[in-house]
Amino acid sequence: MWRDNLRGIYYIALKDMKTYYLKPPAISWGIVFPLAWILAFYLRNPQDFRELVPGLIAMTVLFSTTAVEAVVINLELRVGSLERLLLAPISLSAVLLGKVLGGVIFGFMMTTIVTLSSVLVFELQVNTLYLVSILVLSLFAFASLGALLCVLVKEVFEAQTLLNLPRFLMIFLCGVVYPVSALPPALKHFAYVLPLTYTVDGVQKSLASVQSGNIILDVFVLIAFTLAFIFPAVKLLAKKFA
Amino acid sequence: MRPLGQTIEMKKDGANVISVSGLTKYYDGLAAVDGIDFEVKEGEVFGFLGPNGAGKTTTIRMLTGLSQPSAGTAQVLGHDIRTGITLAKGKFGVVPEVSNLYDELTALENLVFMAQLYGVPSNARAKRTEELLKTFGLFEKKEARFSTLSRGMKRALTIAAALLHKPRLLFLDEPTVGLDAVNARSLRSLVQKLNYQGVTIFLTTHYLEEADLLCDRIAILVRGKIVALDTPDNLKQMVKSEPACEVRFAPMPEGVISEFEKQRGIHRVESSGDNMRLYGENMPSLTEAIFKYGSQKGLEIASISSVKPSLEDAFIQLSGMDLEVMLAEKGGR
Repeated sequence: MWRDNLRGIYYIALKDMKTYYLKPPAISWGIVFPLAWILAFYLRNPQDFRELVPGLIAMTVLFSTTAVEAVVINLELRVGSLERLLLAPISLSAVLLGKVLGGVIFGFMMTTIVTLSSVLVFELQVNTLYLVSILVLSLFAFASLGALLCVLVKEVFEAQTLLNLPRFLMIFLCGVVYPVSALPPALKHFAYVLPLTYTVDGVQKSLASVQSGNIILDVFVLIAFTLAFIFPAVKLLAKKFA
Repeated sequence: MRPLGQTIEMKKDGANVISVSGLTKYYDGLAAVDGIDFEVKEGEVFGFLGPNGAGKTTTIRMLTGLSQPSAGTAQVLGHDIRTGITLAKGKFGVVPEVSNLYDELTALENLVFMAQLYGVPSNARAKRTEELLKTFGLFEKKEARFSTLSRGMKRALTIAAALLHKPRLLFLDEPTVGLDAVNARSLRSLVQKLNYQGVTIFLTTHYLEEADLLCDRIAILVRGKIVALDTPDNLKQMVKSEPACEVRFAPMPEGVISEFEKQRGIHRVESSGDNMRLYGENMPSLTEAIFKYGSQKGLEIASISSVKPSLEDAFIQLSGMDLEVMLAEKGGR
């Protein structure tokens, strides 16, 4: 059975890449939006841009994964093709994990481009193991967050709207723009219950030239967030088809 | 292909592929399916006939694992639908009411994806997809995107996708809705062919002639309950109907209807196209009146036949439904 599920996850993700990656909502929210933000920050202050790189990489992870989740889940919920996947001899969890993997792969491609460009342009020193670990775990965490929110609604635009609430909240509170340490105490506490804080922190520590430190806490917190998002997402999807 | 109406001997003693007991589904406190019981035997074409909202699709959704029953049990191909449906899914195919393959993929890519999902071995995929594309007359369209295919082609491809893993049981939910007469006819032939090859068919429809033509047994479902379940012929025999006879004189004289209406033993007369339909106490009195009238007026009887109750009569009597309303709801032919 687990083999059938693994096969299902793989082929669903592959099909989603072929089918949905060039859909307008995936391009606008997953590619254009993060690139526009990066450009805006660069033009505003080119001298200090280097300091913003970890936050902007984290933002790219957040937007690219969640944007694709809205497309791969909600387009199929709307036209009924998700039911076709649920009729296959694989579990409902495998179908959702296939959808999450679709978001992860898209996010990985986008994040790789942004990260490599940053590293090359700013000649950043990288702890590759740290960086890959943080980025991969973050991709899964935010794709799972996307899946959780997307199964709540039917239309792609509803999903993108719903996703904007945590997206913008995290952009302003999790160290993308302002350091978490500079936030007022109440907001600082709030920032520590948001997953993007740990992505930003982990990426900062992976780019040795920016900040050094251990990423163990970030790794465990991102794993915990992934699980905390994916289990209820499976439950909600199952409830939708109850 | 099996000639229409011919039955296969193996059907009579087939094992149950579906056993349903007390199956119930509530939506917002209302029973969409209300404690239904039935069995489907291996090799038969089993029809679920009923109007919109009768519970046909809800039943299919429960039997295929897309929805959980509120109460009751069901076994599909030996697997309990609550605990073993994932295993059963590998042995049955489903053609939903809406052809919901992927618009962005070509006909071939859609079939290949379904083959991958159902675990068709990679060395058999190319052969199987080609075989099905040819069977369904879609081989020339294999590189065409699903979105560009005609409605009939989309339906055919959706059925092909459900057959990739060679299922023993095929669920067809309103397979001919929205198809023109030619496509609907060719699809019915296909269903018969599949059944002839040994595939058990579970069919929902609201087209009476389709059910009559295809099904070995029919369950009539009304407001979530099965009100009758039998062979089409037995369902027709359940109907209490007036003896009736259809006749055509050559030529058909003026005022013939009113003349017959005055005759003793004839209850009413209706015009039926070129023919005339007479209802009376019994068949002998009807035929006697017709022949007597013909000889008195020197008219040739071009055709004469007794009118047996149709499945439509059976459906209307057993369900208490208005047939025209039912067909109008679905944009019927």
